[in-house]
Amino acid sequence: MSAVAGQVAGPGEPGAPLLEVRDLGVSFLRRGRPPVRAVEGVSFTVEAGRTVGLVGESGSGKSVTALSIMGLLPRRGVATAGDVRLAGESLVGLPDAALREIRGRDVAMVFQDPMSSLNPVVTVGLQLTEVLRRHRGLSRPAAREAGVALLDRVGIPDSRRRMSSFPHQLSGGMRQRALLAMAVACRPRLLIADEPTTALDVTIQAQILELLAELVRDAGTALLLITHDLGVVAGVCDEVHVMYSGRIVESASRRDLFRAPRHPYTHGLLGSIPRLDTPRGTRLEAIPGSPTQVLAWERGCAFQPRCGHALDVCAERSPELVDTGRHRLRCHNPVGDPVGARS
Amino acid sequence: MTGPPLTPVPASGPAALSPGALPLPEDEVRATLKGDAWRRLRRDPMAIVGAVLVVGFVGVALAAPLIAPYSPTETPGLGQVTPTTIPGPSSEHWLGLDNLGRDEFSRIVWGARQSLVVGVVSLLLGATVGIVLGLLAGAVGGWVDVVVMRVTDVMLAVPGLLFAIGVAALLGASLLSVMIAIAVINVPIFARLLRGSMLSVRESDYVVATRSLGISPGRVVFGHVLPNSLSPVLVQGTLTLATAIVDAAALAFLGLSGTDPAVPEWGRMLAETQRFLASAPHLAIFPGLAIVAAALGFTLLGESLREALDPKYRR
Repeated sequence: MSAVAGQVAGPGEPGAPLLEVRDLGVSFLRRGRPPVRAVEGVSFTVEAGRTVGLVGESGSGKSVTALSIMGLLPRRGVATAGDVRLAGESLVGLPDAALREIRGRDVAMVFQDPMSSLNPVVTVGLQLTEVLRRHRGLSRPAAREAGVALLDRVGIPDSRRRMSSFPHQLSGGMRQRALLAMAVACRPRLLIADEPTTALDVTIQAQILELLAELVRDAGTALLLITHDLGVVAGVCDEVHVMYSGRIVESASRRDLFRAPRHPYTHGLLGSIPRLDTPRGTRLEAIPGSPTQVLAWERGCAFQPRCGHALDVCAERSPELVDTGRHRLRCHNPVGDPVGARS
Repeated sequence: MTGPPLTPVPASGPAALSPGALPLPEDEVRATLKGDAWRRLRRDPMAIVGAVLVVGFVGVALAAPLIAPYSPTETPGLGQVTPTTIPGPSSEHWLGLDNLGRDEFSRIVWGARQSLVVGVVSLLLGATVGIVLGLLAGAVGGWVDVVVMRVTDVMLAVPGLLFAIGVAALLGASLLSVMIAIAVINVPIFARLLRGSMLSVRESDYVVATRSLGISPGRVVFGHVLPNSLSPVLVQGTLTLATAIVDAAALAFLGLSGTDPAVPEWGRMLAETQRFLASAPHLAIFPGLAIVAAALGFTLLGESLREALDPKYRR
């Protein structure tokens, strides 16, 4: 127990990023049919204290990536490839017991739907103290005090009494705050937030994002923020990776991505957001079609059928991820290049 | 003199539900899932009828020595019974006499005790084994799950009562073997129910969230999965009491519960007096009504409980 803890909590390889995901692949096996490749060749790093966004529409493999990092995907029926390293130590192939030591203490996760992410028959306090007792070895009364302090920290009023509340007695925003309290209870070094604001009202969204940013800033926690909301990305992320159909199609700093999106998909995503300065009555640009359910990278680019920028080569050859200096890009004909210049 | 008090009705009742009760301020309401279900139960007329029947049945069973005017073996009407005339209800013997001159009312009251014991013991036995098996299948999964589920498949493939007859016959005619037989046919029902419920709860967001915090599998199962999987088992338990009482009567009717006359059994009372059906129909009607009332009580209560506990069932 302590041996594992020492390994992971220790400095690891000098200079290694806090989280390094290398060539991650996840396939769901199906009986008698080819497996569904949900994620393929995904690589990125998250440095301590930084916020990295993972963006994409439903089914692009964002959540599967997150669950795979946490080791929460079922072992049976799922094939994973690649490597996930936390402070230089590989998490792939660690036994369950070792993973459980890390989960909740070094890496924690916040889920999308606060309505269903709390156990309905157990009090908030019990669920919160469970983590504290598990990882910080606190006694019951000490865990209770620490739990009250945590609820205060995430801005839940009347925290002492809220400890004995059941989840359904709290509003959605309060529940997400309580879930955040559980996630940061042991001061994890990496927090993965999977669409933390999607299920909330817009005003509450802002509060939760603000709180998230604050917790991360104060504790120097690295944050991997998974979202489909580019507004959220613009607000908090340092770096952004855009995923489409299981692969990263564009990576850049927030500044570069929003100033000059290169991939037609990113371009389309940004174009489909209403802006205050667009004249009324202008049609929003939508990306035509919907994402294909089967990973479609075998023959050409998966985005090609929906792409207004597609060339002939896009249907023939799958583009590689190319570093262009400010962007990493998976496209034969990026926006901003003279047409056909790079094919 | 009106009818006999088969089921003593509590004097309060609907009066307790004051219609003008003000809603308490939100802070004062210790609203829990259970509290919520409890409130819905109290407003459900079916639940109230069921509860009255159940309370009556259990009350009669527990207080049998106080309620029954005679012991089950006494023959106060010995002189009045001839092979052709068996006196029916009278002011002296409320439900009449049976073919041996025993007081039918006393026999039915004492019989409630047997039915309750058989029902509760076979339920506890069957539910315990079933819950343990279901827990194993649902929590461990893998080959344990496969083995447990195939065994329950086989057991469920045989009609329940037929299976129970086989088990009881194998164990020899006694009340104990009836209880074991009924327990056995209920084991696969509970195992399957709990396993299915656990499988769906195991995939729920809060279980994944709990696992993401590094909580051990044992705590996840016992602290989170199991408590959320138990309400269908509770409902099934109530319904099972009803079927257990009917099944026990059926097995007794078939002569599988022993022949001790000091232990009156409703099913056996029916069997022993069926020859006199034409001349003394009260000997069939009253034990039959007792079986129906007891089973109906648990069924109504169980169904109302299902509706109260399952939000999807709400109308």
